[in-house]
Amino acid sequence: MALLEVNQLDVRFALRKGEVRALRDINFTLERGERLGIVGESGAGKSVAAFALLNLIAKPGFIAGGEVNFEGQTLNTMSERRLRKVRGNRISMIFQDPMMTLNPVLSIGEQMVESLKAHRRISTKRARAIALDKLQQVQIPSPETRLDQYPHELSGGMRQRIIIAIALLLDPDIIIADEPTTALDVTIQAEIMALLLNLCEQHNVGLILITHDLGVVSQVTQRMLVMYAGRVIEQGPTREIINDPQHPYTQGLINALPQMATPGEQLNQIRGSMPSLSNLPGGCAFHPRCDFIKRADGQTRPACVEQVPGFVTSGNCQVACHMVAEMQEDRRLKEEGQ
Amino acid sequence: MSATATRIPVTETRGDQTDAADKAQDAETLLEIHDLEKRFSLSGDFLDQLRFKGGKLVRKQEHVHAINGVNLNINRSEALCVVGESGCGKSTVARTVMGLLSPSAGEIHYDGTRIDNLSSRQLLPFRKRMQMIFQNPYASLNPRMTIQQTLEEPLRLHHPDWNRQQVVEQVEQVMASVGIDPDWGKRFGHEFSGGQRQRIAIARALAVDPEFIVADEPISALDVSIQAQVLNLLMDARRERNLTYLFITHDLAVVEHFGTRVAVMYLGTVCEIADTATLFAKPRHPYTQALLSAIPRLEDDGPQHIRLEGEVPTPVNLPSGCVFHGRCPYANARCKQEVPVLQTQDDGVRVACHAVEEGRL
Repeated sequence: MALLEVNQLDVRFALRKGEVRALRDINFTLERGERLGIVGESGAGKSVAAFALLNLIAKPGFIAGGEVNFEGQTLNTMSERRLRKVRGNRISMIFQDPMMTLNPVLSIGEQMVESLKAHRRISTKRARAIALDKLQQVQIPSPETRLDQYPHELSGGMRQRIIIAIALLLDPDIIIADEPTTALDVTIQAEIMALLLNLCEQHNVGLILITHDLGVVSQVTQRMLVMYAGRVIEQGPTREIINDPQHPYTQGLINALPQMATPGEQLNQIRGSMPSLSNLPGGCAFHPRCDFIKRADGQTRPACVEQVPGFVTSGNCQVACHMVAEMQEDRRLKEEGQ
Repeated sequence: MSATATRIPVTETRGDQTDAADKAQDAETLLEIHDLEKRFSLSGDFLDQLRFKGGKLVRKQEHVHAINGVNLNINRSEALCVVGESGCGKSTVARTVMGLLSPSAGEIHYDGTRIDNLSSRQLLPFRKRMQMIFQNPYASLNPRMTIQQTLEEPLRLHHPDWNRQQVVEQVEQVMASVGIDPDWGKRFGHEFSGGQRQRIAIARALAVDPEFIVADEPISALDVSIQAQVLNLLMDARRERNLTYLFITHDLAVVEHFGTRVAVMYLGTVCEIADTATLFAKPRHPYTQALLSAIPRLEDDGPQHIRLEGEVPTPVNLPSGCVFHGRCPYANARCKQEVPVLQTQDDGVRVACHAVEEGRL
């Protein structure tokens, strides 16, 4: 059994103008020590997915269906009291903005000791020793002094290192990192990503990395999910998806990167923009932007407009696209005919 | 919002336009920046600066040294990209060039005329020729003006002699050229998505037919698929209107694609200027090398970047000598004392580094 199993997760927001379905039919698993990337543009539902894993969806949002199984326990139906033993302890989170995550009125040491003592019955002295050890692991210079400093005294990169140290504090099984390096400069981002990767490998910690940066996902993760308008549209091994994306949206995203084009030439762009979740087009949510909805004979595939695509298997990947399904069907019929 | 709403301008005639742009490439210098410096006071006004110290009243002033002696030339119809990490002074350069900030020292010459000491009335004809695009389209559009009003305002200011018909026609034409439906003029900025707002901001800059555009991180606030759209739009505008760009960004992949020349900045100084292809093929300055190695690529090579010691020092107390020496793996005693100046290499690349000069690197 996988360490973490997400089945048919469904998250909705009850708004005055009606219910908005922020996430639907999310299915994935995470093995111990595995690194999984969740990629998508803003509004695709990546962060909602991360929050839903720990049942942290705030009102008016709620988990309308499906389950999150962690070591056989269902997290989304668990009592708050028991859930608190999992949060931060077995599964910890790293957020995008390190300044928002750290408490500005507590010193670094106090914050670290606080979370250690909340989960374990240990002395303050012992807790400080563990905290110091973690700060050394994230390669913070002069860690003893840092323990007594406040967040505003540290730079952005340093704060994010501290957040990583706090995430590792209780030796969790899984770290969920929501855009951990987006607020940082490139050279600092490279350092932090290398550090995170290194620590996860060393301690055999599973990582769920949420980002919009395909470069980061491709370098850090083993498997990835691509999200669009609240659904997963493609999932599978990272290398396979990056090298040979099947879904037109994934293809578009990768081809739109400046590094994929000849300098000075036109970039390949995806038309239009992501639809609002409260006003999704019928059928495949990507169809108004898709270049492949027409068949070879110039006719629009009716399924793309009318029917939500299910997953088809392509290599080791799962793709939710009518075109891919149709092409596979054609190939199968051809082979049968021979 | 329906997807048909965003129409992409078609550019069938691209081939010959590129040629035209290339021909103009070897043209003259449009903008010159000489020894530009900009300091921001941290100590408030005169009374705030006074302190009692040992029974005496002393005046203490502290400054952020945002730009320290920057020299740049921008040739007509090129796209000069300025890259660097946050706090390196790249946006300050952009704002000083546009006259939004006045330099503490140094001169800015536009097309042969010194512009940094002109009054706002004297600047007006130059403002029509140079326009700016800002990073955040959510903040740069006036929320109380319709798109029509937003786009008409610069025209009314710079063409007071135009009649209503001319203004409306120009607005319609510029809206079509950036791919926004001219029927949307009655709407307000908040009704549009980020990418569309940035198109409107670009339309506002293009409305007065400028020749020089300063773009300060114009795509950083946008999603990946929208970034490509806006970048294409900026490149089309450059070809069609023979524009010159000063393009500020932190994203090196964008620089590689968009820029004809690149200036790399670190802590208020330019450490390397080179043609884009040369810079990416053969970075000289140790900081440029580290910066290039940090780009996350799609290839399966794992993160292999050059590690830099420590972090960017504070611009309040600048390090002595080369500002980069504290993090540089090649720094020696000379780097700690002597400030390196830009020196032209054999292939025209200009680098400010003692190690490169001495052949240690």
